[in-house]
Amino acid sequence: MARGRPRNDEFNSGRVGPLWDLFFRFGPPRWSQYIRSNWAGQRLVVAVPYVWLLLFFLVPFLIVLKISFAEFSPLGRPPFEPIARFLENGALQINVLFSSYDYLLHEPLYVSAWLYSIKVAFFSTVLCLLVAYPMAYAIARATPATRNVLLLLIILPFWTSFLLRVYAWIGLLKTDGVINNVLLSLGIINEPLAMMNTNFAVYVGIVYSYLPFMILPLYSNLEKHDHTLLEAAQDLGAGPVRSFFSITFPLSLPGVIAGSLLVFIPAVGEYVIPTLLGRTDQLMVAGLLSDEFFRNRDWPKASAVAIAMLLLLVVPIMIFQHFQNRELKAARR
Amino acid sequence: MADRRNDRNKHEPWRDPNAQPYVRIENVTKRFGDFVAVNNVSLKIYKGEIFCLLGGSGCGKSTLLRMLAGFEETTGGSIYLDGQDMAGIPPYERPVNMMFQSYALFPHMTVEKNIAFGLEQEKLSRSEINSRVEEILGIVRLGEFARRKPHQLSGGQRQRVALARALVKRPKLLLLDEPLGALDKKLREHTQFELINIQEQLGVTFIVVTHDQEEAMTLASRIGVMNRGEIVQIGTPTEIYEFPATRFVADFIGSVNMFEGRLVEDLPDRVRIQSDQLGGVIYVDHGISAAPGAVVWVAIRPEKITIQRAQPADMRENCVRGVVKEIAYMGDVSVYLVKIDSGQTMRVTLPNMERLSDDERILWDETVYLTWHPGSPVVVIQ
Amino acid sequence: MKRRITFPMIALCVGLLFLYAPIISMIVYSFNNSRLVTVWDSANSPTIKWYLALLKDRPVLDAAWLSIRVAAMSATGAVVLGTLAGLVLARFGPFRGRALLQGLTTAPLVMPEVITGLSILLLFVSLEQFFRIFFGWQFDRGMVTITIAHITFTMAYVTVVVQSRLATFDDSLEEAALDLGAKPAKVFFRITLPLITPAILSGWLLAFTLSWDDVVVSQFVAGPGSNTLPMLIYSKVRLGVNPSVNALATILVLFVAIGVALSAWLMRRAEKRREREMRLAESGR
Repeated sequence: MARGRPRNDEFNSGRVGPLWDLFFRFGPPRWSQYIRSNWAGQRLVVAVPYVWLLLFFLVPFLIVLKISFAEFSPLGRPPFEPIARFLENGALQINVLFSSYDYLLHEPLYVSAWLYSIKVAFFSTVLCLLVAYPMAYAIARATPATRNVLLLLIILPFWTSFLLRVYAWIGLLKTDGVINNVLLSLGIINEPLAMMNTNFAVYVGIVYSYLPFMILPLYSNLEKHDHTLLEAAQDLGAGPVRSFFSITFPLSLPGVIAGSLLVFIPAVGEYVIPTLLGRTDQLMVAGLLSDEFFRNRDWPKASAVAIAMLLLLVVPIMIFQHFQNRELKAARR
Repeated sequence: MADRRNDRNKHEPWRDPNAQPYVRIENVTKRFGDFVAVNNVSLKIYKGEIFCLLGGSGCGKSTLLRMLAGFEETTGGSIYLDGQDMAGIPPYERPVNMMFQSYALFPHMTVEKNIAFGLEQEKLSRSEINSRVEEILGIVRLGEFARRKPHQLSGGQRQRVALARALVKRPKLLLLDEPLGALDKKLREHTQFELINIQEQLGVTFIVVTHDQEEAMTLASRIGVMNRGEIVQIGTPTEIYEFPATRFVADFIGSVNMFEGRLVEDLPDRVRIQSDQLGGVIYVDHGISAAPGAVVWVAIRPEKITIQRAQPADMRENCVRGVVKEIAYMGDVSVYLVKIDSGQTMRVTLPNMERLSDDERILWDETVYLTWHPGSPVVVIQ
Repeated sequence: MKRRITFPMIALCVGLLFLYAPIISMIVYSFNNSRLVTVWDSANSPTIKWYLALLKDRPVLDAAWLSIRVAAMSATGAVVLGTLAGLVLARFGPFRGRALLQGLTTAPLVMPEVITGLSILLLFVSLEQFFRIFFGWQFDRGMVTITIAHITFTMAYVTVVVQSRLATFDDSLEEAALDLGAKPAKVFFRITLPLITPAILSGWLLAFTLSWDDVVVSQFVAGPGSNTLPMLIYSKVRLGVNPSVNALATILVLFVAIGVALSAWLMRRAEKRREREMRLAESGR
């Protein structure tokens, strides 16, 4: 008789090949149970995306970290000295340098790039919030049919090329661009305004590009609000402005935070917008990184900039992930 | 006489010591980390039964059901179905099917396809699948809805599709998780009887999980009451209601007036209990197994109490005086909340057998006497 | 109810104008005859000469073709990997390393592109060295490296879309299929996959768009010979406004607009039909 667990109908009916039958009959008693509960496919399903992300996302960061401590050698290929190498006598020489980080903290060009990036990201986020909030509010209050159309209109630009949308602003903002031409011909100004390559252009570019990222989380929050809360507030004697600031806005804070992070984090590391529209005399961090890497071929410094940028963004990214997970959990309920 | 006896054993196999249980759950325990969801449960369920697991949320009844279906592994103990150990057999190889609380109908498949899904896994021929699907659709009276998708059906129809999908596999055991939970009250009553009919027609053994005692009472051949992962009492609906084994069961099933008391007279055929909470003596015409002087609880069902204006001749036993504090007219019955002299409140229900005029009816703040038959109280010791 | 014009409504209109004005002006100027983009040559406009010029522009066509291939391949790869990751996160319950996987899949959503680009390029450089030293095999950066990089940062989006779609479904659907005798792999293909098909499709489109649009990461990982369309546009744009870029932009915007409008219309129609059927069902027939 069979050892181990009793076999069920499928095995008895001989639908499983005779070899398997034999195996199940004389194999280790709990083995079949083992492969069942640790179904090989399940392991594979976890492993494939995991290995990919480890190899192409996590390992690269470790390499960046390593190179950030290496010594720059302008003529090398690749242009840095190995961190560890065996000398001719067989000894292991380890060469860890903090000079790139030291540079980061003390070189005025770097410090100003950092401060400028944070300033630009911060003000763009605030501006974006100011523009997006009333828009999201209006969409959330619209009838369901109009709401869908409006949402589509908000999302549509997102599907078109980001690069081209930024480019389009050049045509508008240039000294002989559309805005200046219109204003001049209307007689509002006599001299063309200098808008290109200014802070203003960067703000416009960032607000413009990231607006959907702010509107959508705000909208999905505002849409869920219970309208009777406002009615209750008004019933209790609060005017529209007062009930907005004491009811609607506090309740929408999760949306505000999510949207702000979705704008702030990428804005700090924004590259295309400041290079196309921004000031020529002031770099943002991403531009700095790119310059170090492509122009100076100083990989260790570029890596150090990347690591520093990452450290700066770790806190906001963690907050973002926290919210993201909470959203997913809420959706599950 | 012998014939009657046999007949009774056939309908109530659990009374027959020679009957072979169909499902045997032996000392099954399930732990999730430190939390013990199911604690050392043993059960014997016989072929053709509708067995109800009844309990509040989190009492472990669903976990037990999921272990039977194979979605959870037992931490300890074993489950035998028709003599076969179920350990390590994945859900897709168990001769057990489940009807989910949410029905879990595949939204992208028609009714027909939903029902055929299980048969397709058995690699049956197309013609056999078709004929079995047709047959079961006839039984649940959904023939004309075969080509609809789940979202095109009403709640009651979806429930019947879920039932058909599980039954069409001709399982040895059908597990039903709150089968009527999602239906409204009217439909629920109707469906209960339909479910019993189908069960009798097909002779499948049912295990039903529910938190609704009314549902359990109507459906079940036997009920297992669960509390905190343990089975507290197993019995027929009548046994559970009339002879609850513990305070929990008495309290959980129906409503009850419960009084703590002390055993003052303990004879094999009758006992007397002195209760300060009641403010009197309770005389019970059957014996109980407890030491004299022990603390016991007496449960009296509200419908077993008579309420009257006139003072009974014998006030010494099974009688208390009180004042009516609340009256709730429910249509078929009226519920009286009576504050008795000891300060406790008793609940009494009276069927509204006749239409009474206002002066015949007992009204608020009237002094009344509550009496009951010595056979009515149930004494529990834990 | 009387509709009043409120501040949010005005803001909405101004905001939409802000969103569309640049795109519209770009489209208008693509029909301008003058090479000086901002001067409207009313005598000879509108003209389609910039569009005709595009058709003869070999580098643009090559770059567009490369971009299409890269985007299609990365979207497909991202969908496969992202669906698996989403499935694992939504359905496999707690397992060791789950938190890390969740982190690895959401981090690319907010990671500045320069960092992603730099880090993955450095990986490729290391791999290049590794292969050269140990296998004597020289591989060039190009389409393959761009595709790998794009898969990595776009799969995060697919994961999020698939995971949130799965979260709206009860696991009891899959359990029911198991209970009815389907093995896990079959449950996936017969039940889970059909249910998340809409999410997978929109994930694919999203990944395609992101890949098609990317300039920063591509610039890092592309080899000297390979130029994607955004890279080409970027190098033209850095030199200033260019009427042929306007024409190209117009074509791209039109494609997207038509595609999005079409899919929105189809979705709306399906939704309406569904709602009608559900009303029918609830009315008891």
